[in-house]
Amino acid sequence: MADHEIVIAGFGGQGLLFTGKVLAHAGLIEGRELSWLPSYGPEMRGGTANCNVILSDTPVGSPIVQHPNVLIVMNTPSLDKYEPMVVPGGKIFVDSTLITRTVERDDVEAFYIPATQMATDMGYHGLANMILLGAVLAKTGCVDDGTVDEALHHVIPARKANLFDANKACIEAGKAYVC
Amino acid sequence: MTEKVLMKGNEAIAEAAILAGCRHYFGYPITPQTEVAAYMAKKMPKIGGTFLQAESEIAAINMVYGVASTGKPAMTSSSSPGISLKCEGISYLAGADLPALIVNVQRGGPGLGGIQPSQSDYFLATRGPGHGDFHVLVFAPASVQEMADLTGKALHLAWKYRMPAMLLADGTMGQMMEPVALPEPHEAFGTDNPWATTGTLMAREHNIVNSLELAPEVLEQKNLARFERYAQAEAEECLWEEYLMDDAEICIVSYGITARISRNAIVQARKEGIRVGMIRPITLWPFPNEPLKAAADKVDSFLVVELNMGQMKEDVELAIRCRKPVDFCGRVGGMIPTPDEVLDHIHALAEGRR
Repeated sequence: MADHEIVIAGFGGQGLLFTGKVLAHAGLIEGRELSWLPSYGPEMRGGTANCNVILSDTPVGSPIVQHPNVLIVMNTPSLDKYEPMVVPGGKIFVDSTLITRTVERDDVEAFYIPATQMATDMGYHGLANMILLGAVLAKTGCVDDGTVDEALHHVIPARKANLFDANKACIEAGKAYVC
Repeated sequence: MTEKVLMKGNEAIAEAAILAGCRHYFGYPITPQTEVAAYMAKKMPKIGGTFLQAESEIAAINMVYGVASTGKPAMTSSSSPGISLKCEGISYLAGADLPALIVNVQRGGPGLGGIQPSQSDYFLATRGPGHGDFHVLVFAPASVQEMADLTGKALHLAWKYRMPAMLLADGTMGQMMEPVALPEPHEAFGTDNPWATTGTLMAREHNIVNSLELAPEVLEQKNLARFERYAQAEAEECLWEEYLMDDAEICIVSYGITARISRNAIVQARKEGIRVGMIRPITLWPFPNEPLKAAADKVDSFLVVELNMGQMKEDVELAIRCRKPVDFCGRVGGMIPTPDEVLDHIHALAEGRR
């Protein structure tokens, strides 16, 4: 399988690092080489935050994603910053509730998912990240569905175990939206 | 090997220290290494160990001195500004011939600097962090796996040589997660230390742990004896990794996160037919002088890549006795070079432009 070099970016608090953790754990379960690198510091408390995930079949060199082939963005500054860095043919997943502009480049594939609105409508405020993740899984196949379920069990803290179904429902909604 | 788990580098340090037998941790929070303390705070009370958040970095290193005096493994962790504060204590540990583990997850400096990754404490770590003639063992992990493996190694070698050891990581290594196979638990050590102050039971002479010696002829002998141990460590404990060096014409020298970035640049350069390899020091003290000297016979030039203004470059030039040109690629202040920036330097060297 081709390497997936993924950047997930938006505001702190949108669950960007969590989304990356789900992907990383799924990669671990599949026995792949991987790295997960968060931005850290003040941006985790409300500023622009991001998370780099690399899934590969060969040992990962730099954990810093220079040219993503998968970009997930949840605010406009992140789209402005990362759109030029995406490799030609890369895929950009946009939360179109929060980002009103479209992708300017014509050599990438863009998917617009009103994830924040969908999550609110489903009664799962704050799970727009999982809706976007569902879209990414459907369009990239970067990890298998089965391993994502197992990864969710690892990543959701025990005291919030009741949220598994909500996370799962949002992933399914995201998949359905782009298929 | 156990099954792999996904951990942050900082968490891997903490778990590996516990598995290696360390039961005493003293620290003070500072970004980007606070997860070490957080992990210890959760875990130590459950296994009969000690976690103590001291009132300052200085207090923490002196608590390490206290535990080490009893022959028990002890550690502290901090980031660059906090390590400056610990230097007095590290010098006292060295002067009293005490083992200890000091973790430095570096950030940009000098002064309070910033909180993003850096390798600008290379001089501090390798020249002896504190006053007096001494060294500490310095380990530079380049993966979360090495964060775990080298933590255990540093603790045990510190005991073997009765000297402090420093794990010299950076913010990236501390914050990133990778799969890691945790080492097997090691029997708690520190039970057979004839020098330790453990109570005499009126059966032996008192042991005295102290760095003060007012008789110069005695103090000189202590220094000389210490440097005999250093010579043994230099001869036996140096670690490095060579990558694609067999036919290399350009040799990159880099450690930690910049070695990972350099690896990407090397893969790309090789695709373009440029013969470039890497010597990655894993111990920064002892420094891998011999492999670098040997490489100087084969390669045309060296390229040092670090997150500082060229600190290790001096050691590379010393190791090869300046027989070949040594170029430098670095960023500072928390900035990190991209593989493309390293590649630009490789291109320049390959084309003889530098």
